[in-house]
Amino acid sequence: MSQNEDAEIVHFDNVGLRYGTEKEVLTDVSFTLYSGRFYFLTGASGAGKTSMLKLLYLAQRPSRGLIRMFGTDAITLPRDRLPGFRRRLGVVFQDFRLVPHLSAFDNVALPLRVAGVPERDIIKPVTDMLEWVELGDRSHARPATLSGGEQQRVAIARAVIGRPDMLVADEPTGNVDPDMAIKLLRLFEALNRLGTTVVVATHDVHLLRKVPDSLIMRLDKGRLSDPTGALRYPPRRTVAAQRPELLLR
Amino acid sequence: MNLLSTITGDRRDEWRERASAERRLLPQGQLSGPMPWVIAIMIGLTVVASACGLALRNTAHVASADVAGGVTVQIVNGAPRERDRQAQAALAAVQAAPGIASARLVPQKELDALVEPWLGTTASDDVNALPVPALIDVRLAGTADKAAVAMLRQRIAPAAPDARIDAQASWLNPVFEAIGALQWLAGGLIALLAFATVATVLLASRNALSNHRGTIEIVHMLGGTDAQIARIFQRSMAVDAAAGGIGGLLLGVVTTGLLARQFAALGSGMMTAGGLGWTDWLVICCIPVGGVLLAVLTARLSVLHALKGML
Repeated sequence: MSQNEDAEIVHFDNVGLRYGTEKEVLTDVSFTLYSGRFYFLTGASGAGKTSMLKLLYLAQRPSRGLIRMFGTDAITLPRDRLPGFRRRLGVVFQDFRLVPHLSAFDNVALPLRVAGVPERDIIKPVTDMLEWVELGDRSHARPATLSGGEQQRVAIARAVIGRPDMLVADEPTGNVDPDMAIKLLRLFEALNRLGTTVVVATHDVHLLRKVPDSLIMRLDKGRLSDPTGALRYPPRRTVAAQRPELLLR
Repeated sequence: MNLLSTITGDRRDEWRERASAERRLLPQGQLSGPMPWVIAIMIGLTVVASACGLALRNTAHVASADVAGGVTVQIVNGAPRERDRQAQAALAAVQAAPGIASARLVPQKELDALVEPWLGTTASDDVNALPVPALIDVRLAGTADKAAVAMLRQRIAPAAPDARIDAQASWLNPVFEAIGALQWLAGGLIALLAFATVATVLLASRNALSNHRGTIEIVHMLGGTDAQIARIFQRSMAVDAAAGGIGGLLLGVVTTGLLARQFAALGSGMMTAGGLGWTDWLVICCIPVGGVLLAVLTARLSVLHALKGML
């Protein structure tokens, strides 16, 4: 395990989140994510997975607690520094959030255009990415004319096109067939091997078995259950070797 | 030079590329909504109000210059012979006074022409039976202030006891005051139109922001900056405002031209003095540019303000 892989990328300390005056949807959440790891965030429907991801991709500020991202306090982060942080993240939204008036190509190219990448450097990677998610022939199609699965693949392609430091995906395989789900997971793994930290929220327990080296965070009614302690401390190979039953495989 | 042109060319390409990329982020409803029409009406009205204001200023300026040193000496005496004698004596006294640029006895023909609209000219009108005062038109080298008029009165009185001496500016003071009030009115109208333009652009920007909120949130989530999003709205507004501005300028110029023809037909010296010079036209041509800048600035500030409410 390299030094870089042990670098802390996200740290949550006693984080709580409530919307308005409702009761907390996340309570006393504490964990640390390390660079280059593959994490699954799992839990029943309504357990708080999406809320947790919103905190991770900086769409929401917590009601209390401390969040550190890329070594910086994300709660007191000035607004003008947020875009720089967000460009280091790739996000696959549960509802895809594709821009309706843009073609599949333009949707995938969006993060690169936002980052100011010259147009000549956009065409090939976007075309390749669309080919990879088997949408090469639909590159000019608008989201409304794509099926749910196709929209999801466009959303994934958009999230990974900028080679983010951390990929956050909310139920990324929910609308695709099993073969495509495996293919997308392989894409995430490939990205992970290149050094990207991957966080995938899913309630599909079968999916968890497909990535052998992944770590699992389980949310239960807004609280993080962490039976292995692996998330609080850098998990070591010995932990997994000595207590393999604690890691879901 | 080549290096400079290469650098500026590269910058221009880069700017165009960025503009083209950013334009694709949001649908550009350019020239399709009511905004160009609203701006055209605002600019058209501003052009007309400005042209009127400038014409009034020119009128006041020319009239003021004409009468600033003007003094009228009237010999009010019913006996023609005595009136003529006093007129000649007064003219001699005026010409002998210091600080006189010119002085002339207004010929009877001109006097007849002056009173013609009221008294007529035909024999049956019996115009000669009416005692019309003799007039001496005096131009001072300086301004016809109270001291200068008093000095003239002192010199003329012994030679022409029936002389009445008035500075021409004093007759026109109410006219100048009315012109001044009209100029303020034109200025007020321009300010109100600018305010209405700002309010319209503000509403349009907020409406557009509300319509594209979903897309803006996505662009934000992908690392888009407020400045990037504001630039998209600015560009869209600039195109609308430029189209409206050109249309408004044409509308305003045509209206001003028609008004100018109507006033020119009056044949009054004061009205023709209010013609617009090339500097006035330059100011008028700058109005659409000012309108575009105002619209773009308003759009930018309102969008940036609204975006601050988003995380």
